[in-house]
Amino acid sequence: MLKLDSVSKIYKIGTFGGKELCAVNNVSFDIKDREVVSLIGESGSGKSTIGKMILRLISVTSGHIFFNGENIASLKNNGLKNYYRKVQGVFQDPFSSYNPIFKADRVFRIIHDEFYPDVSGKDWNIKVEDSLRTVGLNPDIVLNKFPHQLSGGQLQRFLIARALLLDIQFLVADEIISMLDASTRIDVLNLLADLKSRGLSILFITHDLSLSYYISEKAVILYRGNVVEMGATDKIFYQSLHPYTKMLMVSVPRLDMKWQENVEAKIDRTMQPGGCVYYERCSAIEKNELCAKSPPPLVQIAEDHFVACFGYKP
Amino acid sequence: MSLQVENLTVYYQTLRGEVHSLEHANFNLGDGEIMGLAGESGCGKTTLGNSLIYLAPPMKFIEGQVALDGEELPVWDIERMNEFRFKKISIIPQYAMNAMNPTRKIGKMISELLQSRKINYKELLSVIKERLDKVKLPHDVLNMYPIELSGGMKQRIVMVLSTLLNPSLLIADEITSALDVSTQKSVAEMIVKFRDCGCMKSVIFITHDVSILYQIADSIMIMYAGQLSEKASKETIIHSPLHPYTKLLISSLPKVGVKHSEKKLTGIPGTPPLLLNPPVGCRFRDRCPLAFEKCLETPPFVEIEQGHFLACWKEGAPYA
Repeated sequence: MLKLDSVSKIYKIGTFGGKELCAVNNVSFDIKDREVVSLIGESGSGKSTIGKMILRLISVTSGHIFFNGENIASLKNNGLKNYYRKVQGVFQDPFSSYNPIFKADRVFRIIHDEFYPDVSGKDWNIKVEDSLRTVGLNPDIVLNKFPHQLSGGQLQRFLIARALLLDIQFLVADEIISMLDASTRIDVLNLLADLKSRGLSILFITHDLSLSYYISEKAVILYRGNVVEMGATDKIFYQSLHPYTKMLMVSVPRLDMKWQENVEAKIDRTMQPGGCVYYERCSAIEKNELCAKSPPPLVQIAEDHFVACFGYKP
Repeated sequence: MSLQVENLTVYYQTLRGEVHSLEHANFNLGDGEIMGLAGESGCGKTTLGNSLIYLAPPMKFIEGQVALDGEELPVWDIERMNEFRFKKISIIPQYAMNAMNPTRKIGKMISELLQSRKINYKELLSVIKERLDKVKLPHDVLNMYPIELSGGMKQRIVMVLSTLLNPSLLIADEITSALDVSTQKSVAEMIVKFRDCGCMKSVIFITHDVSILYQIADSIMIMYAGQLSEKASKETIIHSPLHPYTKLLISSLPKVGVKHSEKKLTGIPGTPPLLLNPPVGCRFRDRCPLAFEKCLETPPFVEIEQGHFLACWKEGAPYA
């Protein structure tokens, strides 16, 4: 359904844009129909940048993104509008997604005016109410309220309902549950899973590994803009190969296991030009000069399991 | 006993009336205990933490006693608390790492802060350096601006700063929430390390993430809508909780190894009550699967076993 082909994004930074920061480097993966792919990485790893590029909120520096075989960079006017009918995003902070001076249901009205001007107001209201019920909200309680009168979970589900009003096929969910409480968190997750069974593909961007395990079939681990490991969720979690993935796995706070003795993660952000991005922090025994000189390619190790590390041979 | 809190009740004064955000809190904290305080947002965790150190309007003290190391804390008196703040009881507020003055170098900021408490920076410099070693930060950070440091580094500096005078009690409010998993782990482990080497006696670790508490805390206290629900050792809270809210909360947490397609977790239906004119009795009543008539009265927070406190009529009944 969606395919990223060696996508890179370089931001210009510094006072006059003289320096460059490579936020996403040569990332390729694809998302099939009815598949939930989680994009995992720490802050600054480029996961939101990828989400924004898919939503065409920012441009792609090099590489291509294809949606159902069509290059999304070439979309214009009506084509782009049609694209947004099928692809929508929901973002991290539900409170800042709304304009506080307007009632929250304005987001639905905008969709009506923009995309379905022919639908009568009455039919539209029925559609909105249906969509709200799908996401587990009671329309009588939540409609006609200002954003501050609704809770974070309600606002977040409002945004999902808004996306569902369009006939979407693909949802970019950027950290949508990190701001929610534990008890509402799982409801939103279950909602995503239900949507999946109704034929939706989801890119689930997160830094919480247990959430990603719960919901996704495939995981992509990003480190400073590079894919270091990707594959089926089970393989990533139980047979992790890349030293970074291994480090992540032991750091996740779990309820069934205590943290082991600290594997000291050296945090040094100086970049080896040309070398493996993880070189400075890597604690693997196999680390050698090759790692410092050239970046390891992403190679297939087993079925549905790719890793970018010189420690592993295909 | 390091900290004893009896019947602490704190409301927020608003134009529409009083918000009952902390009611009749009764608990003790042992020497060297790291107590995790967990609950949904708006349940009064931060109110409890703040009321122990800086009870400023719109917070309004209603009643209660607090004693630290056997000495009564005048929590209702902002002026008199000055003697205790930073020296005896210290706090790392939420988002503290983002509240550093961007125009001051870290060292300068620390020295200004110490000056305001009439303490000489030079005399303490050796302690500061020793603490920086403990959190594995180079001494150079004292000559750096906050913008040059990463989130984890800033959080560790705040930790060094708040524990500089070896307080009896440290209140850590959501200090790991904005960090990445790997940094989160190292910051959380620093807290344990600091406790072990006596930089502070006991800790109240406020968070909404129960799985972190399971890693570092000794005991966990669960709050719901301004009332204490349950306090016990972390093993008891995670593996054999008694309060219906704790049970539902723990079972709703996604764990590594649980997949939606294999086992569907459920949330807690309903929403917490508004604390402006809260319902009488147990506040979890409306969402509780076990609620019965007796729940119209507020259940007392009683010790049902050694170190296991519970506020529930149904689950507490066999022990009463």
